[in-house]
Amino acid sequence: MIDVEGLTKYYGAHAAIRDLSFSIKKGEVIGFLGLNGAGKSTTLKILGCVLLPTSGHLRIDQVDAISDPHEARKRIGFLPDSPPLYDEMTVGAYLSFVAQLRGAAPGRARALVEEAEERTATREVDRELISALSHGYRQRVGVAQAVVHKPALLVLDEPSSGLDPVQIVEMRSLIRDLKGEHTVLVSSHILSEISQICDRLLVIQAGEIVAQGSEAELAKRAGAGGAVELEVRGAAARAAEVVRGVPGVTGVTVVSESGDLSVLRAEGAAELRPQIARALVGASVDLYRLDRVGDRLESIFLKLTAGGPAPSDNKEAA
Amino acid sequence: MRAILLIARRELAAYLRTMSGYVIIALSLFVLALLFNAVALSGPEQRSSDVLSEFFRDASGVTMTAAVFLAMRLLAEEQQRGTVALLFSSPVREVEVVVGKYLSGLAFLGIFLATTIFMPALIMVHGKISFGHLAAGYLGLLLLGSATMAIGTLGSALAKSQILAVIIGGSMVIALLIAWMLARVTERPVSDVLSGMALWQQHFPPFQAGIVHVRDIVYYLVVTYLGLFAATRVLEARRWR
Repeated sequence: MIDVEGLTKYYGAHAAIRDLSFSIKKGEVIGFLGLNGAGKSTTLKILGCVLLPTSGHLRIDQVDAISDPHEARKRIGFLPDSPPLYDEMTVGAYLSFVAQLRGAAPGRARALVEEAEERTATREVDRELISALSHGYRQRVGVAQAVVHKPALLVLDEPSSGLDPVQIVEMRSLIRDLKGEHTVLVSSHILSEISQICDRLLVIQAGEIVAQGSEAELAKRAGAGGAVELEVRGAAARAAEVVRGVPGVTGVTVVSESGDLSVLRAEGAAELRPQIARALVGASVDLYRLDRVGDRLESIFLKLTAGGPAPSDNKEAA
Repeated sequence: MRAILLIARRELAAYLRTMSGYVIIALSLFVLALLFNAVALSGPEQRSSDVLSEFFRDASGVTMTAAVFLAMRLLAEEQQRGTVALLFSSPVREVEVVVGKYLSGLAFLGIFLATTIFMPALIMVHGKISFGHLAAGYLGLLLLGSATMAIGTLGSALAKSQILAVIIGGSMVIALLIAWMLARVTERPVSDVLSGMALWQQHFPPFQAGIVHVRDIVYYLVVTYLGLFAATRVLEARRWR
């Protein structure tokens, strides 16, 4: 779906991105992860055909997006970091304008708008002026404009930016719903969100891809352990013995014992939750909670991006 | 062509939905009506055609000013609001964006010119004017407005804020207006080029007097084309930054 090769973008003498190369398969949901100024927005603007790279190749759905951006844009839905909304228009009129701008016949635009509104839960604000919308709805309308013409590729730059926790959950569910029909590239600062909705992660640091793969692959690469915390009913010693017998577990410590409940921590090199759960249930130990702790995505991310230039050295030009 | 009309229609609707367009038209009409009353209708008795000529002279200045102010938002506002990303990520060419925006501005300027028709009508009530003079004058105003609107569009493409767009567009219009002054202090052939470039002095007075020369029409169309061509190039260059 997307083939990026040697993509480089200079702003003056400063390289915002350097020699980026990666591929994305059709139907994948890819998370684009990086600190502020790492080059995320620059890369997404190039993939959205808004910005031209200084050098490199970009093919979107077999179309050379550098030499033929007009054709490539027909296949793209782009949500920049700030939704491109015309405040004086109503939601329905705005989405109809965008659908027609992206090639829909005037007669078909209304049907496409209704479908996009259904998918993004913005149907009830169809007749509202965009200037009167809450931040959450503005983000949703931003996503609606990106999907209204049913593009093959969706590029979403920080769609959860500025949303409250409830709206973040709604946006996560919305992006999950888009999976399957579109290839989705989404960037976010909310690392846990990225891990929940994406098939694969690309980690960018100082304009270069420093790692890519699933969360588990990245954890492995970062040398992250698979520490697991579990809460069981009954004596901790019995549960610890069962967990110690699980292949891959390198150590078990009792964190706390209070009343009937005990909390234990198991260390291991890989994802051990399924095996531990099976072992405990098999040994008739009542399991109340099983959770990964320690090296989760945030710490994996920090490990992968450690040693890069300080943020002040790699400011991303807007 | 479809994209041009789509953009022009949206932009014209934006003019009609927001206050700024109405304020510019209202102020322009107010100033023009004051000038019409103070200069054309006051003083000693004049022939109706002279009064009409004076009206077109005053209207030309107001039209140029209104065009620069109407053009300021066309592209600079898209930059300011970040909506330019919507246009750039859509399968629309830069020239279609520029021409669509320019046409909406020209259409709104046309609405302004239509609202000024009551002043020649007042002259007609009290005297006699020819339809040819009226048509030539308004054609001149539309062409002058078109050229100024294209220059304003270029200013708006160059600027990231509307105030800066007015300053840049206004400066370019003033430079073309005073080109004839420079022509007087230079020698040929430079003086010929400068006087030929003059936006008003060399090309508008015939329209004002009810005379239509093809060379004047061509001049205003060329300025319009060059303004829009340069604005398109500026937008294309923005994709590199």
